[in-house]
Amino acid sequence: MLSFKDLTTSHLAPQTRQLDNGRIVCLSGASGSGKSLLLRALADLDAHGGDVYYDDIAQSATPAHLWRQWVRLVPAESQWWADNVNDHFAQPPAPADLKALLLPETALDWTVSRLSSGEKQRLALLRAINTAPKALLLDEPTANLDQKARRAAEEWLLEKIRANGWPTLWVAHDEDQILRVADQFWHLENGSLICREHA
Amino acid sequence: MELIEISYFELMLAGLLVILLAAVSWWARLGIGHRFLIAAVRTVIQLSLIALVLEAIFDAEGFLWIALMATVMLLVAGREVANRQNRRFARGQSFAIGTFSMFLSGFSVTLFSLLVIIGPDPWYSPQYAIPLLGMMLGNTMNGVAVSLDRLTQSAWEQRAVIETRLMLGHTWQDAIGYLRREAMRSGMIPTINAMATAGIVSLPGMMTGQILAGTAPALAVRYQILIMLTIAVGTGFGTMAGVLIASRRLFDGRQRLRLDRLQAPGKGW
Repeated sequence: MLSFKDLTTSHLAPQTRQLDNGRIVCLSGASGSGKSLLLRALADLDAHGGDVYYDDIAQSATPAHLWRQWVRLVPAESQWWADNVNDHFAQPPAPADLKALLLPETALDWTVSRLSSGEKQRLALLRAINTAPKALLLDEPTANLDQKARRAAEEWLLEKIRANGWPTLWVAHDEDQILRVADQFWHLENGSLICREHA
Repeated sequence: MELIEISYFELMLAGLLVILLAAVSWWARLGIGHRFLIAAVRTVIQLSLIALVLEAIFDAEGFLWIALMATVMLLVAGREVANRQNRRFARGQSFAIGTFSMFLSGFSVTLFSLLVIIGPDPWYSPQYAIPLLGMMLGNTMNGVAVSLDRLTQSAWEQRAVIETRLMLGHTWQDAIGYLRREAMRSGMIPTINAMATAGIVSLPGMMTGQILAGTAPALAVRYQILIMLTIAVGTGFGTMAGVLIASRRLFDGRQRLRLDRLQAPGKGW
C-alpha cells in the first residue's frame, strides 16, 4: 500500500490519500493542474511537504535511490542514454512481455535512434518493471500509442499490476480508458484531489 | 653564458612591427587592427607592471610577501574560473569551488616540487616558487574552468536523462557518472595533448626560455619534464576535485537534481 499524509507541492494543498495493493487509481485534471508534480513528489524527485509511506515505511526515512527503486515513476516522455536498447535493461525482459506489447524479440537489439515514439513508450514500460518495483506511477503511459497498441499495453499493464499487487496511480485523459482500467478515480482541481469510485 | 641585454629602444623596433601589421590590416579592411593594438599595449603594460612587482618581491625575500602574491594569484585564478562558466552556481559558489580545487591541488603540488624535488634555500625562494606556482595555477585553472563549464552545461541539457535514471532507482553518482567522465576528459585533454606532443610538435616555453638564458639544454629539459609532470598531476587533482564537488552540488540530500542552484547565462556572480 502506498499512502501520503498532508502531501503538498507548489500546486497542491495538503492531501491525505492511499493507493491500495493491486488497484489502479486514475488521475485526471487540466494541463498545468499539477498532476506530474504530484507524481514527482511521490517519487521524491521534487521537494515537497508532508510524507509518503510504502506500507509503514516513510519516504523520508528511506535512502532516496532505494525509495525510487520501490516507487517507480514512468514519465510521459521516455529518455534513453545508451546507443542500444538492451543497454538500458539490467536483465533481458521475458519474451512473453515483449509479445504482449506487440514488440518483436529483436527489439532489444535495436538502436535507440531508430525507435518510433510508440516503440519508445512501450519499451520504457518494460524497462520500468524490469527492476522489480513495488508501486507504479504512470504519467499517460499510452499517449503515444495507436489504438491497437494502446489496448495491448493496457491489458498487459492491468495483468502485471493485478499479478504483482502494485498500488498504481495512472494519469489518464481518455474517458474510455479510465472506464476500462480505473478501480478508483481522482480528479485534481484547484490544488485538491476529488475522489470518486467511478468516472 | 650571459643573457644579452635588450634595451627599451630595441623593444620599440618590435613595437613598430606591430604597428605595421595593424596598418596593413586597416588598409586591407580586415578589421582586426584596433583590437590587436589594444591587446599589444595591454601586454606591454601588464608585463611591465608584473616585472616591478616581481623585482620588489625578489628584493624583499620575505615569506609573507610571497604568500600574499600566491594568495592574489589564487583568487584571480578563482575569479577567472567563475567568469568562464556559462551557467554558474548561485551565490559565488563556482568561485568557491574553483578556488578550493586549485588551492588543494595547485598549492600542494607546488609545495611538493619545492620541498621534495628542487629544494631551494629558503624553500619559498621567489625565483623558484613564483614561476612554479604561476605555471601550476595557470594550467589547473584551465582544466577546472573547462570541466566545470562542461559539467553544468551538459547537466542542464540532459536533465531529462539524469532524472529518468533517478526514477529508475539509480544513485546520483550513477545518474551523472557519464557526464562526470566527459567533464573530466575535456578538462584534462589539453594537458594530456601537451605532454604527448612536447618536443615533437612544440618546444615548451619554459625550456625554450631557459635555453635562451644560457642553461644547458639537458638541465632545461629536466626542469621541463618536472614541470609537465607536476602540471599534469596538479591539473588532474584540481579538475577531479572540482568535478566531484560540483556534481555533488547538483543534487540535494534526497538525491534530487537541483538545477535551480545554477544561474541563467550572463548573470553576474
